[in-house]
Amino acid sequence: MVLVYIDQADQQIKKASLEALSYGAAIAQELGISVEALVLGTVQEDLTSLGKYGANKVHHLKNESLNSLDVKVHTNLVASIAKNLNATVLVFAQNFNGRAIAPAVAVKLEAGIVTGVCSLPNTTNGFVVTKTVFSGKAFAHIKIETPIKVIAINQNSFGLVEYNASTTVENIDLAIPAPSIKITKVEKIEGEIPLTEANLVVSGGRGLKGPENWGILLDLAKALGAATACSRPVSDSDWRPHHEHVGQTGIQIAPNLYIAIGISGAIQHLAGVNRSKTIVVINKDPEAPFFKAADYGVVGDAFEIVPKLTAAVLKAKTT
Amino acid sequence: MKILVCISKTPDTTAKIAFVEGNTKFDETAVQWIINPYDEWYALVRAIELKEKDPATIIHLVTVGGVDAEPIIRKALALGGDEAIRIDCNSNDSFTVANQIAAVAKEGAYDLIFTGKETIDFNSASIGSMLSALLDLPFISLATHFELNGNTASVKREIESGEETAEVNLPVIVSCQKGVAEQRIPNMRGIMAARSKPLKVLTAIETKASTSINHFDLPPAKSGVKLIDPENMDELVRLLKEEAKVI
Ligand SMILES: Cc1cc2nc3c(=O)[nH]c(=O)nc-3n(C[C@H](O)[C@H](O)[C@H](O)COP(=O)(O)OP(=O)(O)OC[C@H]3O[C@@H](n4cnc5c(N)ncnc54)[C@H](O)[C@@H]3O)c2cc1C
Repeated sequence: MVLVYIDQADQQIKKASLEALSYGAAIAQELGISVEALVLGTVQEDLTSLGKYGANKVHHLKNESLNSLDVKVHTNLVASIAKNLNATVLVFAQNFNGRAIAPAVAVKLEAGIVTGVCSLPNTTNGFVVTKTVFSGKAFAHIKIETPIKVIAINQNSFGLVEYNASTTVENIDLAIPAPSIKITKVEKIEGEIPLTEANLVVSGGRGLKGPENWGILLDLAKALGAATACSRPVSDSDWRPHHEHVGQTGIQIAPNLYIAIGISGAIQHLAGVNRSKTIVVINKDPEAPFFKAADYGVVGDAFEIVPKLTAAVLKAKTT
Repeated sequence: MKILVCISKTPDTTAKIAFVEGNTKFDETAVQWIINPYDEWYALVRAIELKEKDPATIIHLVTVGGVDAEPIIRKALALGGDEAIRIDCNSNDSFTVANQIAAVAKEGAYDLIFTGKETIDFNSASIGSMLSALLDLPFISLATHFELNGNTASVKREIESGEETAEVNLPVIVSCQKGVAEQRIPNMRGIMAARSKPLKVLTAIETKASTSINHFDLPPAKSGVKLIDPENMDELVRLLKEEAKVI
């Protein structure tokens, strides 16, 4: 059985988990076994809705104390539930929580793990999965040698697939281990699209000259319904908040569309965004290295081009 | 206070990525090696800052690798730390590496174990989490801020919708990223001092790898950029809609 860990934030199931479920369902189909979902904590959604993305069954350990992650507690629970259910493949999303617990769960299950996976396993000769390495600059095909396999998949690498399976929810009755950490403060960024979940991202670099000029970028992002990002020097200079920094030493993202404005395209920047499906580069220097990694390019002054692009987006919406 | 900092050797961020031996090995020709930036800039520097506050603190650096990892661990010692340990083991399997470090950690009875968020070559982000299971210790991943108050640590970590602060009793494992500390440049005194700091070499313990690399490959090259007239943004929007189908 393939068991998919369903992650939540603020009692809402994460899109990355639905993608992991779609992926787990595809593996189950390939191997001719069932796919089941595991939910810890309380969530607002009706859990039978997980059938949409393929879950044959949903196991739910409903306890509010599990809503925020305690690696030790979550690891112990997921590992013992997986053991009880005889899961042979475990799938996690490679998001904040998934990356924190999946390797520990693998250790507890004596299972081989590959994180950062971006394709379905090849089972013609063993069990080989592909992962991104060198910050997206290459792929490694890795064989998992153990009977139980653990996979953490990159966000936006597989997409959502609807199966519309009928599903039942089973409550798990299991004692919760003592907490190992105590959450004392939560600081939320309200009203923004989280960068790692965004389909569309508009990003700015040093070419925008200063924080006072970000208005044109924000207008474009708003017109598109896009999240915003920036290059490292921009966040280092506090023009933009740190959580917007993408690249090798920032967040790695893979949206459908990445629009880079006034960013030169240094190799360390590209490492964070080169998995984007479509890249648009706006830069006044026709020699900027970013154009080599782009699908569409506009050579010119961002201060003139970006407002025109925003207007064109808004026009296209109304027609 | 005893701190263990995990140090990994990685290719420089600008290294050319290519493979040899039938695409089964990373091509190391002309590659410059560096300390994995997350290990150096955040994990190590924060440990050094803690020692500056409390000079009784002892910092050990640990790396799992061959002799070629020694210049890197010396570089790390030039920034700070009292002693380095190299476990003589060449492996790309995270589980093998974590087991080696766990053996050292058990022996050393550390109050704090720091790792970087991930290495920039394999990007597996697995060691801290695996150590937590192997050592049965709490683990806080993706820390952006770390403070010690006696026997407890207050750690800010990144979550989906922002940040949260957790309090945890020592010993604890923490994976560090931007925010935890600021990059430092080693000075001449540090470089000189590093030469005489002890570097212990340990033989690897027996483990069985749970994964193996089949082969590597490179992503297909982009077909080339399509340049759009800056005066015709309607055309760009049309292409994004009809050709790329992303908006
Ligand atoms: C170890 C290491 C890790 C790093 N990690 C990261 C990382 O994670 N993320 C990251 O982003 N960087 C990272 N860097 C830094 C990286 O090397 C570059 O320095 C950085 O990405 C450059 O940012 P930028 O493109 O905004 O600025 P610049 O390189 O200064 O580029 C500005 C661009 O704006 C263009 N421009 C100027 N004016 C205009 C205008 N009016 N209209 C249109 N275009 C204009 C210019 O032609 C230029 O191409 C790292 C570096 C190192 C050494």
